[in-house]
Amino acid sequence: MTTLEPATDAAQDNLAALESEAIHIFREVAGEFDRPVILFSGGKDSTLLLHLAIKAFWPAPVPFPLLHVDTGHNLDEVIDFRDRVVEQHGLRLLVAKVQDWIDDGRLEERADGMRNPLQTTPLLDTIAENKFDAVFGGGRRDEERARAKERIFSLRNAFGQWEPRRQRPELWNLYNGRHRPGEQVRVFPLSNWTEADVWNYIAREKVELPSIYYAHRREVYQRDGMWLTEGPWGGPRPGEVVKELTVRYRTVGDGSCTGAIESTAATVDEVIAEVSASRLTERGATRADDRMSEAAMEDRKREGYF
Amino acid sequence: MSSLLRLATAGSVDDGKSTLVGRLLYDTKSVLADQLDAVTRASVDKGLSTPDLSLLVDGLRSEREQGITIDVAYRYFATPRRSFVLADTPGHVQYTRNTVTGASTAQLAVLLVDARKGVIEQTRRHAAVLALLGVPHLVLAVNKIDLVDYDEATFAVIAEEFAEHAASLGYERGSVLAVPVSALEGDNVAEKSDKTPWYSGPTLLEHLETVPVAPDPHDSAFRFPVQYVIRPRTADHPDYRGYAGQIAAGTVRPGDEIVVLPQGLRSRVEGIDTADGPLSEAGAGTSVTLLLTDDLDISRGDLIAAADRQPTVTDEITATLCWLSAKALKPGARVLVKHGTRTVQALVGELHARFDEQTLSSVDDPATLELNDIGRVTLRLAEEIGVDDYGVSPRTGAFLVIDPKDGDTLAAGLVGERFA
Repeated sequence: MTTLEPATDAAQDNLAALESEAIHIFREVAGEFDRPVILFSGGKDSTLLLHLAIKAFWPAPVPFPLLHVDTGHNLDEVIDFRDRVVEQHGLRLLVAKVQDWIDDGRLEERADGMRNPLQTTPLLDTIAENKFDAVFGGGRRDEERARAKERIFSLRNAFGQWEPRRQRPELWNLYNGRHRPGEQVRVFPLSNWTEADVWNYIAREKVELPSIYYAHRREVYQRDGMWLTEGPWGGPRPGEVVKELTVRYRTVGDGSCTGAIESTAATVDEVIAEVSASRLTERGATRADDRMSEAAMEDRKREGYF
Repeated sequence: MSSLLRLATAGSVDDGKSTLVGRLLYDTKSVLADQLDAVTRASVDKGLSTPDLSLLVDGLRSEREQGITIDVAYRYFATPRRSFVLADTPGHVQYTRNTVTGASTAQLAVLLVDARKGVIEQTRRHAAVLALLGVPHLVLAVNKIDLVDYDEATFAVIAEEFAEHAASLGYERGSVLAVPVSALEGDNVAEKSDKTPWYSGPTLLEHLETVPVAPDPHDSAFRFPVQYVIRPRTADHPDYRGYAGQIAAGTVRPGDEIVVLPQGLRSRVEGIDTADGPLSEAGAGTSVTLLLTDDLDISRGDLIAAADRQPTVTDEITATLCWLSAKALKPGARVLVKHGTRTVQALVGELHARFDEQTLSSVDDPATLELNDIGRVTLRLAEEIGVDDYGVSPRTGAFLVIDPKDGDTLAAGLVGERFA
């Protein structure tokens, strides 16, 4: 995790190199796999992923569908954005709703109400049902220590599990996508991007993001040190006081465990300036699910999560 | 100067690699408050009085339990002068495998030794692998210099022994630097130490920030493995046919005469397309789409190359393999070779030699190649491919050897007689 600085000329060269690498990865998958899919949540990383996919195949359409695992705890602005982007680019969107799995008994609601950890089962079921063999995700190695260990082409077994001790060496830019029937490969074109690169590239390419990434007035209440918004995840609970504040979101995820931060950064440049001054990582600041244990991310990845 | 340096670490177990990487992250302020809090908490739990910086990077459960690094991890840090991508490789058992993985894309490698132990077998072995892969710059970090009382003579002996070894591998003196450091105390990592007044060279970080990284030499011949054919067949682009790929070497301009291999078809570049518009020139590392003046039958796996400077087209290659698998290689084995964007079936022919990294000599006609062995072999391919010598053009001289049964990567391959 590096601190954010406005992009210099040298940093622009760096962004060009990262873009070329990501485009190369998209085209390798298109050339070698039968049924790839892009995980798309409407957050900044998956929006960037889609932007790069569009560039990789231009002027032809993106040859993959999108998949959103919808926890049912999303903010309306994000779902609206998701649907608008899909419409605008003529893409095909599959939605796996966690609620459907809860309704028919394949999943049970957790006592704490968090649905992020419940996404793994709908994700794996949908991959199996559609026989997807390559699944693109927006994960970055700078996000978390366990992610730092992940390959760009990350082989998962028939249960979708990651086994860090049995990863293939990844040499030069020769990606090995071979897999046996039932196995899948998770592909991370943004592996080598940092949060600074993501925001500088969003600024350079004028990529549109959901409005909640920028400062706005919102009614929020405090839980576990985070500002949560009212929604289907329950809250405010008795004793949780609602206030109207000027806030923005630094990550987009399940509304029960993703918090807003107090902020007046209303433009991309203001966001870059704000994040560069922050002493907290994006996940440390606003993601409760990563705080659950020392190895929360690794454990979820071993189960099949991204 | 290049804005980005890709580097790898290498060294043996317990020489303090994770601590050094943690120190680099910490001293470049690449660690934010919540990450440091987590490390401080975990260190207190372990009964330590100061934060254990290795916990910043050893991210897996079993790594923290055992206090070792298991797999290559990639770290990102930056200073106002440069950005860094660091491949943090473990020193444990599967050393060659991990060093090869970390170093295949590195422009510089930091080799660690323990000042109390000096240059050991693994140091020599790692340096040999780095030389084989053509990593242009080496740094020897003589770590734990505090544990030898910052003794100048100890450092000088180690530095000289390593310089001689590196020279025997083909490294010129100017491309090798030795630095006395204490990763634990921070001496000469980002801050110059007042305990080594006898050392006049740069700190490790200063060297990383200023070492010149040569870009792709301008005289490299153009090489372009075709990844994907872009044919929109849309109302706006009914006849568009572009060949997408990443330029492996050299530069290309509209009008250049090219050849498509292995077929040997000739044509000219009509245009270089990107989603942001056409380019008048593109160089190595850039992902582009080429439009040609002739309507040819070209598909994924073909190699487009400069017509006047073509690679060798052959169905038999002699190459050096770094064997990365626990399954031993025997002559007669059926494997897959992934070269550029083409994967072909191959039969392992003669095993000519196994290279001994310790003595820098070779053993003729070995029966097998085992995990971590480096050897020279002949491979017979089911189809012709266009290859260059790895020393001339690494991107078109490199290939993977893959197990056709389970898809595992068995070896890193380097075309040519690197170890004659």
